Amino acid sequence: MLLLIEQILNGLQFGLLLFLLAAGLTLVFGIMDLVNLAHGSLYMMGAYFAATFVAWTGSFVLGAVLALGATLLLGIVLEFTALRHLYGRDHLDHVLATFGLILFFNEAVRLIWGPAGLALPLPAWLTVPVQILPGIFYPAYRLAIIVVALAVALLLYLGVMRTRIGMLIRAGASNREMIGALGINIKLLYTLVFGLGAALAGLAGLMQAPILTVQIGMGENILILAFVIIVIGGIGSIRGAFVAAILVGLIDTLGRAFLPNLLRQVLSGAAASTAAPAISSMLIYLLMAIVLVLRPEGLFPAGRR
Amino acid sequence: MADPLLRVQNLVRRFGGIVATDNVSLDVAQGELHAIIGPNGAGKTTLISQLTGHLTPHSGSVSLAGRDITHLAAYRRCALGLARSFQITSLLRDFTAADNVALAAQAHDGHSFRFFANARKESGLRQKATAALGRVGLADRADVLVSRLSHGEQRELELAVALATRPQLLLLDEPMAGLGVTESARMVKLLGELRKEVTIVLVEHDMEAVFALADRITVLVYGRVIASGMPSEIRQNEEVKRAYLGDQHVVVRHD
Amino acid sequence: MKPPLDVRTAVTVLLIAGLLLLPVYSALSGNVFALTLFTRIVILALAAVSLNLIMGYGGMMSFGHAAYLGIGGYAVGILAQEGVGSGFVQFPVALAVSALFALVIGALSLRTRGVYFIMITLAFAQMAYYVASGLARYGGDDGLTIYKRSDFSGLINLSNRVQFYYLCLACLLGVILLIWRIVNSRFGLVVQGLRSNEQRMQAIGFPVKRYKLVCFIIAGTMCGLAGALLANNTDFVSPAVMYWTRSGDLMVMVILGGMGSLFGPVIGAVVYLVLEELLSQITEYWAIIMGPLLLLIVLFGRGGIMGLLGRFSRG
Repeated sequence: MLLLIEQILNGLQFGLLLFLLAAGLTLVFGIMDLVNLAHGSLYMMGAYFAATFVAWTGSFVLGAVLALGATLLLGIVLEFTALRHLYGRDHLDHVLATFGLILFFNEAVRLIWGPAGLALPLPAWLTVPVQILPGIFYPAYRLAIIVVALAVALLLYLGVMRTRIGMLIRAGASNREMIGALGINIKLLYTLVFGLGAALAGLAGLMQAPILTVQIGMGENILILAFVIIVIGGIGSIRGAFVAAILVGLIDTLGRAFLPNLLRQVLSGAAASTAAPAISSMLIYLLMAIVLVLRPEGLFPAGRR
Repeated sequence: MADPLLRVQNLVRRFGGIVATDNVSLDVAQGELHAIIGPNGAGKTTLISQLTGHLTPHSGSVSLAGRDITHLAAYRRCALGLARSFQITSLLRDFTAADNVALAAQAHDGHSFRFFANARKESGLRQKATAALGRVGLADRADVLVSRLSHGEQRELELAVALATRPQLLLLDEPMAGLGVTESARMVKLLGELRKEVTIVLVEHDMEAVFALADRITVLVYGRVIASGMPSEIRQNEEVKRAYLGDQHVVVRHD
Repeated sequence: MKPPLDVRTAVTVLLIAGLLLLPVYSALSGNVFALTLFTRIVILALAAVSLNLIMGYGGMMSFGHAAYLGIGGYAVGILAQEGVGSGFVQFPVALAVSALFALVIGALSLRTRGVYFIMITLAFAQMAYYVASGLARYGGDDGLTIYKRSDFSGLINLSNRVQFYYLCLACLLGVILLIWRIVNSRFGLVVQGLRSNEQRMQAIGFPVKRYKLVCFIIAGTMCGLAGALLANNTDFVSPAVMYWTRSGDLMVMVILGGMGSLFGPVIGAVVYLVLEELLSQITEYWAIIMGPLLLLIVLFGRGGIMGLLGRFSRG
């Protein structure tokens, strides 16, 4: 029972982290119609920046904030120099160009930080287990992730639903030509949206950094999950990304935790231990396949494409 | 009337909160040229899309020659003899005019799971293509890429492609869209000849053409049929006049 | 009247001549590495050519095509492991399994289109990757070593580098010939028409999904052939060959060379892989140059290399 609660929380935490990553991706896709494979690279840069700044400043929080700012800046520069030329082009062009960016970032990181990964140790006050329910303890850091991610999700929701800029963003997601006709500075809007997406990716990266190792190529592994999420959720829909991310986080975590035992009931020990990891990894893709077959537009399709 | 070729009954189609097709019913007799007119946004293209199978109605029915086709896929309706031209020219731009028409003929000439023989050399298909192109006056432009044809020629090609499928019923969505005076006259003449061979449902804005050609007219406003009958009746219909007030093409003609 | 020899044709002819004569150069200069490099290039060119059939001609952007490299490879590897060493069994099985896989994946994926299609093909390839990683008996994550190459009992000796190279080249040219016939056939015209305007094809009476699926299966099978050859080339097969970034590599080769042209993918494969090789000899950090290079090509080179060459001949 204890294990179940812990794993549910882990799944929630993983899902929320994935949401941060997916939200940026779906925003950029929904509004600028840009397929950005290098989104995972921004996630990676967030982690690397964090590891570096935390080591320099000695403070976890300060390092994290600096890393966030650096990733935001990086995103804006990237949009300004390279990516804005891709708007309106075929998705395939996006794929090719951003694939090139992945190569570039991976190599740049190798050049600057070397091929071995980095570690980001947690400050003492974040490693303390917190009692959330009588008798149930959960690591403070993971709790912090949940809280921060939920706060960001709320801010995003309020921002997109309640502010003028949010209205422009939502309008942009359904009708690009219209906001241009309204005399809004499209270029600036797009740059800001992309920057926001980059910041979200960087935040996810830096928060994940202490838990996983910070290494080259970490972006690619998680990027594909982010794509799965926005496809399940419906491209352009933040709400969809939220639901899908939680779903994916829970299924993946719970699957990995409990599937081996479940399988052992039915199969022999050896078969179960080899099949289990494979099947748990596959579960998410299976989910996406099912959703796409039943509802090709995703669970919450946002306006028109 | 004797069994109509096309029978539309109580067709309803919504888009979110908007009712684009509001309980539309109409009949088209064999050999008739039936025009559908209405101000912009009346839902004419939505109606055509439901007739051709590109859109599914939320309720109501469509039958062709007595057979219910309401939920039949688009390509199947074509096999049954329903052909359409598109309001916004929708041709295969990287192919030649002849290729476009030949492909339409190919669709009705058995299956296309043949992998080795060069399809462009199939004389049967090419002859049908030449014939259809000749019918619309494009015989000498057969080997020109669609992207190089003038707008008027593309509209005529749309017609040729539809004809190549040997239709019983031709649904034409604003074939005159964007045509100049001479080209329009040509199209009207062409349609006048075609009507003798095939039943036509014509969606159009060009009132002169409509009144010159139509046997019967249905008027659509905000997705609803407000009038349906002979041209002379429509011309005198008060509601219709009101619907068109302010529109360039006022429904008044002095013979 | 077009000039008899335009730039595109000239380049293509030179390329084929170069590929045919490569072993001669290798023997004369003693540069064995060139031979092994180009064997790999020819095999991947075959995979790229098969991807071009669905991408360039059929307009189906599949991001999971590398899965068939793995399937073909594992068919050979698993059979070899289980004692079936005959190429006459391994290769047909590789083709058959690839076709079956393509049938299932295609039937499910083709219910979607556009970027959703890209994503779902990606997902299926990842599923294949994870399944292969879970096959402990066949190496799992570490991969499966193939101790003996496919045995064609005297007909051809795959362990002989030159013979193997020519086999791969023959397969490549054979597949290109096949594709050439297909794209101009009834079937091919339908597939090209679908890429151009699917709605129009439906309107004139074609059951579109059927044709897309068959095209998808043909392409998958061809890539399975490349997979079987690749496994022989490296004497090894692992899940890594199916990882989604490998599908990305294939897409890059196709786009780089110029989609929808017969030899474009071959040029793309040659350029991409040779560049990768050259750059990695100049600097360990070759990808730093490759990355932005790709970006530049997208921004300024419409239609890939073949497109560029076409513009030269038109002057």
